[in-house]
Amino acid sequence: MNLETIVRLLDLKVFSGLDKLKTEVLDGYTGDLLSDVMANSKEGDIWMTRQVHQNIIAVASLKDHAGIILVHGAEPAKDTLEKAMKENIPVMGTNLSGFELAGRIYNILKGKKDNAAVDL
Amino acid sequence: MLRAFRCDLHIHTCLSPCADLDMYPRALIEKSITEKLDVIAVCDHNASENVEYLLSLAKGKPITVLPGMEVSSLEEVHVLALFDDLSNLIKLQATVYDHLPGKNREDIFGPQVIVNDRDEVEGMNERLLIGATDLPINNIINVIHVLGGLAVASHIDRPSYSILSQLGFIDPQTPFDALEISAATGIKQARRQYPELSAHAFIKSSDAHSIRDIGRGFSTMILQKVSIRELKLAFEKRDGRRIVEGE
Repeated sequence: MNLETIVRLLDLKVFSGLDKLKTEVLDGYTGDLLSDVMANSKEGDIWMTRQVHQNIIAVASLKDHAGIILVHGAEPAKDTLEKAMKENIPVMGTNLSGFELAGRIYNILKGKKDNAAVDL
Repeated sequence: MLRAFRCDLHIHTCLSPCADLDMYPRALIEKSITEKLDVIAVCDHNASENVEYLLSLAKGKPITVLPGMEVSSLEEVHVLALFDDLSNLIKLQATVYDHLPGKNREDIFGPQVIVNDRDEVEGMNERLLIGATDLPINNIINVIHVLGGLAVASHIDRPSYSILSQLGFIDPQTPFDALEISAATGIKQARRQYPELSAHAFIKSSDAHSIRDIGRGFSTMILQKVSIRELKLAFEKRDGRRIVEGE
Protein backbone atom coordinates (compact mmCIF):
# COMPACT_ATOMS: atom_id res chain seq x y z
CA MET A 1 0.00 0.00 0.00
CA ASN A 2 1.49 3.34 -0.96
CA LEU A 3 0.81 6.84 0.29
CA GLU A 4 -1.07 7.82 -2.82
CA THR A 5 -3.71 5.14 -2.20
CA ILE A 6 -4.16 6.25 1.40
CA VAL A 7 -4.41 9.90 0.32
CA ARG A 8 -7.08 8.93 -2.21
CA LEU A 9 -9.07 6.63 0.09
CA LEU A 10 -9.14 9.11 2.97
CA ASP A 11 -9.23 12.27 0.87
CA LEU A 12 -6.19 13.69 2.64
CA LYS A 13 -4.85 17.17 1.99
CA VAL A 14 -1.23 17.06 0.83
CA PHE A 15 0.94 19.91 2.17
CA SER A 16 4.34 18.70 0.93
CA GLY A 17 6.16 15.80 -0.71
CA LEU A 18 3.75 15.41 -3.63
CA ASP A 19 6.40 13.61 -5.67
CA LYS A 20 6.97 11.05 -2.91
CA LEU A 21 3.47 9.63 -2.75
CA LYS A 22 4.61 6.33 -4.29
CA THR A 23 6.38 5.62 -1.00
CA GLU A 24 5.31 2.31 0.49
CA VAL A 25 3.52 2.45 3.85
CA LEU A 26 4.52 -0.52 6.00
CA ASP A 27 2.75 0.27 9.27
CA GLY A 28 1.35 3.13 11.32
CA TYR A 29 2.25 5.01 14.51
CA THR A 30 0.32 7.54 16.57
CA GLY A 31 1.91 9.91 19.06
CA ASP A 32 2.34 13.56 20.01
CA LEU A 33 5.35 13.14 22.28
CA LEU A 34 8.31 13.29 19.94
CA SER A 35 10.55 11.52 22.44
CA ASP A 36 8.17 8.55 22.30
CA VAL A 37 7.90 8.63 18.51
CA MET A 38 11.69 8.73 18.19
CA ALA A 39 12.03 5.78 20.53
CA ASN A 40 9.26 3.52 19.26
CA SER A 41 8.20 4.20 15.68
CA LYS A 42 9.71 2.32 12.75
CA GLU A 43 10.89 2.86 9.21
CA GLY A 44 8.00 2.94 6.73
CA ASP A 45 5.43 4.00 9.36
CA ILE A 46 2.79 6.54 8.52
CA TRP A 47 2.88 8.83 11.57
CA MET A 48 -0.36 10.41 12.79
CA THR A 49 0.03 13.38 15.12
CA ARG A 50 -1.43 16.66 16.34
CA GLN A 51 2.06 18.12 16.87
CA VAL A 52 2.89 20.78 14.24
CA HIS A 53 6.29 22.03 15.49
CA GLN A 54 9.08 21.84 12.94
CA ASN A 55 10.84 19.10 14.90
CA ILE A 56 8.30 16.63 13.47
CA ILE A 57 10.08 16.87 10.11
CA ALA A 58 13.43 15.94 11.61
CA VAL A 59 11.85 13.02 13.49
CA ALA A 60 10.12 11.70 10.34
CA SER A 61 13.36 12.06 8.42
CA LEU A 62 15.44 10.39 11.13
CA LYS A 63 13.04 7.45 11.42
CA ASP A 64 12.45 7.12 7.66
CA HIS A 65 8.71 7.42 8.05
CA ALA A 66 6.61 7.12 4.90
CA GLY A 67 4.98 10.44 5.86
CA ILE A 68 3.17 12.46 8.49
CA ILE A 69 -0.58 13.01 8.75
CA LEU A 70 -1.75 15.94 10.87
CA VAL A 71 -5.09 15.18 12.50
CA HIS A 72 -8.16 17.17 13.44
CA GLY A 73 -7.68 19.93 10.88
CA ALA A 74 -4.17 20.85 12.09
CA GLU A 75 -1.91 22.54 9.58
CA PRO A 76 1.88 22.64 9.62
CA ALA A 77 3.43 25.78 11.13
CA LYS A 78 5.15 27.99 8.54
CA ASP A 79 8.69 26.89 9.39
CA THR A 80 7.50 23.28 9.57
CA LEU A 81 6.15 23.46 6.03
CA GLU A 82 9.34 25.12 4.77
CA LYS A 83 11.43 22.37 6.33
CA ALA A 84 9.12 19.66 4.97
CA MET A 85 9.50 21.06 1.46
CA LYS A 86 13.27 21.41 1.81
CA GLU A 87 13.67 17.84 3.09
CA ASN A 88 10.90 16.54 0.84
CA ILE A 89 8.93 14.82 3.58
CA PRO A 90 5.28 14.12 2.76
CA VAL A 91 3.06 16.02 5.20
CA MET A 92 -0.67 15.47 4.86
CA GLY A 93 -3.72 16.60 6.75
CA THR A 94 -7.23 15.48 7.61
CA ASN A 95 -10.23 16.77 9.53
CA LEU A 96 -10.65 13.33 11.08
CA SER A 97 -9.73 12.90 14.75
CA GLY A 98 -6.64 10.86 15.59
CA PHE A 99 -8.87 8.00 16.70
CA GLU A 100 -10.90 7.95 13.48
CA LEU A 101 -7.85 8.28 11.28
CA ALA A 102 -5.87 5.57 13.04
CA GLY A 103 -8.87 3.23 12.82
CA ARG A 104 -9.29 3.76 9.11
CA ILE A 105 -5.60 3.41 8.35
CA TYR A 106 -5.46 0.27 10.45
CA ASN A 107 -8.24 -1.19 8.35
CA ILE A 108 -6.56 -0.15 5.11
CA LEU A 109 -3.20 -1.62 6.08
CA LYS A 110 -4.56 -4.73 7.73
CA GLY A 111 -6.86 -5.57 4.86
CA LYS A 112 -10.38 -4.58 5.87
CA LYS A 113 -10.71 -2.22 2.98
CA ASP A 114 -14.52 -2.13 3.12
CA ASN A 115 -14.48 0.03 6.21
CA ALA A 116 -11.70 2.27 5.07
CA ALA A 117 -13.20 4.61 2.52
CA VAL A 118 -14.37 7.98 3.65
CA ASP A 119 -18.13 8.03 3.78
CA LEU A 120 -18.54 11.75 4.30
CA MET B 1 33.65 41.85 43.15
CA LEU B 2 32.62 38.40 42.07
CA ARG B 3 31.18 36.04 44.65
CA ALA B 4 29.07 32.88 44.92
CA PHE B 5 25.27 33.13 45.00
CA ARG B 6 22.97 30.21 45.79
CA CYS B 7 20.21 30.50 43.20
CA ASP B 8 16.96 28.56 42.98
CA LEU B 9 15.33 29.92 39.85
CA HIS B 10 12.16 27.80 39.95
CA ILE B 11 9.82 27.91 42.94
CA HIS B 12 6.01 27.76 42.84
CA THR B 13 3.59 29.45 45.24
CA CYS B 14 0.09 28.49 46.35
CA LEU B 15 -1.11 30.23 43.17
CA SER B 16 -0.14 27.11 41.20
CA PRO B 17 -3.01 24.61 41.49
CA CYS B 18 -0.57 21.73 42.05
CA ALA B 19 1.39 23.49 44.85
CA ASP B 20 0.68 23.17 48.57
CA LEU B 21 -1.39 25.84 50.29
CA ASP B 22 1.44 26.45 52.74
CA MET B 23 3.48 27.95 49.88
CA TYR B 24 2.22 31.46 50.67
CA PRO B 25 4.64 34.35 50.15
CA ARG B 26 5.89 34.87 53.72
CA ALA B 27 6.44 31.16 54.36
CA LEU B 28 8.27 30.80 51.08
CA ILE B 29 10.62 33.73 51.82
CA GLU B 30 11.33 32.53 55.36
CA LYS B 31 12.16 28.99 54.27
CA SER B 32 14.36 30.28 51.44
CA ILE B 33 16.35 32.40 53.91
CA THR B 34 16.63 29.44 56.32
CA GLU B 35 18.05 27.40 53.44
CA LYS B 36 20.59 30.20 52.82
CA LEU B 37 19.41 30.84 49.29
CA ASP B 38 20.58 34.20 47.94
CA VAL B 39 18.29 34.33 44.92
CA ILE B 40 14.92 32.78 44.17
CA ALA B 41 12.76 33.13 41.09
CA VAL B 42 9.05 32.68 41.67
CA CYS B 43 7.55 30.87 38.69
CA ASP B 44 3.89 29.88 38.91
CA HIS B 45 2.15 28.09 36.05
CA ASN B 46 1.06 30.74 33.52
CA ALA B 47 0.42 33.25 36.32
CA SER B 48 2.20 35.79 38.52
CA GLU B 49 -0.24 37.48 40.93
CA ASN B 50 1.79 36.52 44.03
CA VAL B 51 5.09 37.92 42.74
CA GLU B 52 4.48 41.52 43.89
CA TYR B 53 3.97 40.33 47.48
CA LEU B 54 7.15 38.28 47.42
CA LEU B 55 9.05 41.30 46.13
CA SER B 56 7.69 43.43 48.94
CA LEU B 57 8.46 40.78 51.60
CA ALA B 58 12.03 40.39 50.35
CA LYS B 59 12.82 44.08 50.87
CA GLY B 60 15.47 44.54 53.53
CA LYS B 61 16.02 40.79 53.82
CA PRO B 62 19.12 38.85 52.75
CA ILE B 63 17.42 37.45 49.66
CA THR B 64 16.62 38.62 46.15
CA VAL B 65 13.40 37.65 44.40
CA LEU B 66 13.33 37.61 40.62
CA PRO B 67 9.91 37.99 38.99
CA GLY B 68 9.18 34.90 36.88
CA MET B 69 6.61 32.60 35.36
CA GLU B 70 6.52 29.03 34.08
CA VAL B 71 4.71 29.29 30.76
CA SER B 72 3.16 26.29 28.97
CA SER B 73 3.51 26.37 25.21
CA LEU B 74 1.24 25.01 22.48
CA GLU B 75 3.44 21.91 22.38
CA GLU B 76 3.01 21.61 26.18
CA VAL B 77 6.65 22.47 26.75
CA HIS B 78 7.25 24.32 30.02
CA VAL B 79 9.59 27.31 29.90
CA LEU B 80 10.71 29.61 32.72
CA ALA B 81 10.62 33.34 32.04
CA LEU B 82 12.86 35.39 34.34
CA PHE B 83 12.95 39.19 34.60
CA ASP B 84 14.54 42.05 36.53
CA ASP B 85 11.33 44.06 36.73
CA LEU B 86 7.77 43.21 37.59
CA SER B 87 6.60 45.52 34.78
CA ASN B 88 8.04 43.23 32.11
CA LEU B 89 6.55 40.17 33.77
CA ILE B 90 3.16 41.90 33.74
CA LYS B 91 3.53 42.46 30.00
CA LEU B 92 4.28 38.79 29.45
CA GLN B 93 1.31 37.98 31.67
CA ALA B 94 -1.04 39.93 29.40
CA THR B 95 0.15 37.96 26.38
CA VAL B 96 -0.17 34.65 28.23
CA TYR B 97 -3.72 35.39 29.42
CA ASP B 98 -4.72 36.37 25.87
CA HIS B 99 -3.69 32.88 24.78
CA LEU B 100 -4.75 30.71 27.73
CA PRO B 101 -8.20 29.14 27.36
CA GLY B 102 -10.36 27.57 30.04
CA LYS B 103 -11.48 27.97 33.63
CA ASN B 104 -10.02 26.16 36.64
CA ARG B 105 -11.90 23.34 38.35
CA GLU B 106 -10.67 23.54 41.91
CA ASP B 107 -12.07 20.13 42.80
CA ILE B 108 -10.00 18.52 40.06
CA PHE B 109 -6.84 20.59 39.72
CA GLY B 110 -6.59 22.39 43.08
CA PRO B 111 -7.04 25.95 44.36
CA GLN B 112 -5.16 28.89 42.85
CA VAL B 113 -4.77 31.24 45.78
CA ILE B 114 -3.54 34.81 45.70
CA VAL B 115 -2.04 35.61 49.12
CA ASN B 116 -0.66 39.05 50.02
CA ASP B 117 2.34 40.08 52.13
CA ARG B 118 0.19 40.09 55.29
CA ASP B 119 -0.79 36.42 54.82
CA GLU B 120 -4.32 37.39 53.74
CA VAL B 121 -6.15 35.73 50.88
CA GLU B 122 -6.66 38.34 48.19
CA GLY B 123 -8.70 36.04 46.00
CA MET B 124 -8.57 33.15 43.60
CA ASN B 125 -7.27 33.03 40.06
CA GLU B 126 -10.15 31.58 38.05
CA ARG B 127 -8.23 30.69 34.89
CA LEU B 128 -7.14 27.20 33.89
CA LEU B 129 -3.52 27.73 34.93
CA ILE B 130 -2.68 24.03 34.61
CA GLY B 131 -3.55 24.26 30.90
CA ALA B 132 -1.39 25.26 27.97
CA THR B 133 -1.34 28.45 25.94
CA ASP B 134 -1.82 28.27 22.18
CA LEU B 135 1.55 29.98 21.65
CA PRO B 136 4.35 28.00 19.95
CA ILE B 137 7.46 27.64 22.14
CA ASN B 138 9.59 29.74 19.80
CA ASN B 139 7.09 32.62 19.98
CA ILE B 140 7.13 32.51 23.78
CA ILE B 141 10.93 32.61 23.88
CA ASN B 142 10.84 35.52 21.46
CA VAL B 143 8.39 37.49 23.63
CA ILE B 144 10.52 36.81 26.74
CA HIS B 145 13.63 38.07 24.95
CA VAL B 146 11.89 41.16 23.56
CA LEU B 147 10.89 42.02 27.14
CA GLY B 148 14.50 41.68 28.28
CA GLY B 149 14.04 38.38 30.09
CA LEU B 150 15.73 35.00 30.11
CA ALA B 151 14.09 31.81 28.84
CA VAL B 152 15.05 28.58 30.60
CA ALA B 153 13.72 25.20 29.47
CA SER B 154 12.07 23.56 32.51
CA HIS B 155 13.23 20.21 33.88
CA ILE B 156 14.55 18.80 30.59
CA ASP B 157 15.22 15.44 32.24
CA ARG B 158 11.58 14.87 33.18
CA PRO B 159 9.33 12.59 31.11
CA SER B 160 6.51 15.12 30.90
CA TYR B 161 6.13 18.76 29.84
CA SER B 162 9.80 19.13 28.97
CA ILE B 163 11.31 20.21 25.67
CA LEU B 164 12.83 16.76 25.22
CA SER B 165 9.69 14.78 26.07
CA GLN B 166 7.44 16.93 23.88
CA LEU B 167 9.71 17.81 20.97
CA GLY B 168 12.37 15.11 21.09
CA PHE B 169 15.43 17.34 20.88
CA ILE B 170 16.46 20.98 21.03
CA ASP B 171 16.92 22.49 17.62
CA PRO B 172 19.19 25.53 17.27
CA GLN B 173 16.26 27.76 16.30
CA THR B 174 14.86 27.38 19.81
CA PRO B 175 17.20 29.77 21.64
CA PHE B 176 16.88 28.87 25.31
CA ASP B 177 19.31 30.79 27.53
CA ALA B 178 19.74 27.77 29.79
CA LEU B 179 18.32 24.33 30.45
CA GLU B 180 17.02 23.33 33.86
CA ILE B 181 17.90 19.99 35.43
CA SER B 182 15.77 18.47 38.18
CA ALA B 183 17.22 18.23 41.67
CA ALA B 184 16.90 14.44 41.57
CA THR B 185 19.14 14.18 38.51
CA GLY B 186 21.66 16.93 39.14
CA ILE B 187 23.98 18.62 36.70
CA LYS B 188 26.81 16.09 36.87
CA GLN B 189 24.60 13.19 35.83
CA ALA B 190 22.81 15.35 33.24
CA ARG B 191 26.14 16.19 31.60
CA ARG B 192 26.77 12.46 31.17
CA GLN B 193 23.21 11.82 30.03
CA TYR B 194 23.04 14.60 27.43
CA PRO B 195 26.44 14.96 25.71
CA GLU B 196 24.68 16.48 22.68
CA LEU B 197 23.65 19.44 24.84
CA SER B 198 27.19 20.28 25.96
CA ALA B 199 26.99 23.77 24.44
CA HIS B 200 24.04 24.71 26.68
CA ALA B 201 24.17 26.11 30.21
CA PHE B 202 22.63 23.77 32.79
CA ILE B 203 21.08 25.01 36.01
CA LYS B 204 19.65 22.96 38.85
CA SER B 205 16.52 24.14 40.66
CA SER B 206 14.05 22.77 43.15
CA ASP B 207 10.78 23.25 41.19
CA ALA B 208 9.43 23.39 44.74
CA HIS B 209 5.70 22.78 45.12
CA SER B 210 5.86 22.44 48.92
CA ILE B 211 7.86 24.14 51.67
CA ARG B 212 10.01 21.09 52.33
CA ASP B 213 11.19 21.10 48.69
CA ILE B 214 12.84 24.52 49.10
CA GLY B 215 16.59 24.08 49.42
CA ARG B 216 16.62 20.67 47.77
CA GLY B 217 17.81 22.03 44.45
CA PHE B 218 19.76 25.17 43.56
CA SER B 219 22.73 26.26 41.51
CA THR B 220 25.70 28.13 42.86
CA MET B 221 26.60 30.90 40.47
CA ILE B 222 29.57 33.22 40.43
CA LEU B 223 28.17 36.71 39.85
CA GLN B 224 28.98 40.31 40.72
CA LYS B 225 25.39 41.03 41.74
CA VAL B 226 21.94 39.69 41.07
CA SER B 227 20.50 40.75 37.74
CA ILE B 228 19.28 39.24 34.51
CA ARG B 229 22.39 40.59 32.81
CA GLU B 230 24.67 38.88 35.32
CA LEU B 231 22.77 35.59 35.02
CA LYS B 232 23.09 35.76 31.25
CA LEU B 233 26.84 36.28 31.57
CA ALA B 234 27.02 33.25 33.88
CA PHE B 235 24.98 31.14 31.41
CA GLU B 236 27.46 32.18 28.71
CA LYS B 237 30.53 31.75 30.97
CA ARG B 238 31.72 35.28 30.27
CA ASP B 239 33.72 37.85 32.26
CA GLY B 240 34.38 35.43 35.09
CA ARG B 241 30.69 34.74 35.66
CA ARG B 242 29.77 31.06 35.67
CA ILE B 243 27.63 28.30 37.07
CA VAL B 244 29.49 26.03 39.48
CA GLU B 245 28.92 22.50 38.19
CA GLY B 246 31.22 20.47 40.37
CA GLU B 247 28.76 19.92 43.23
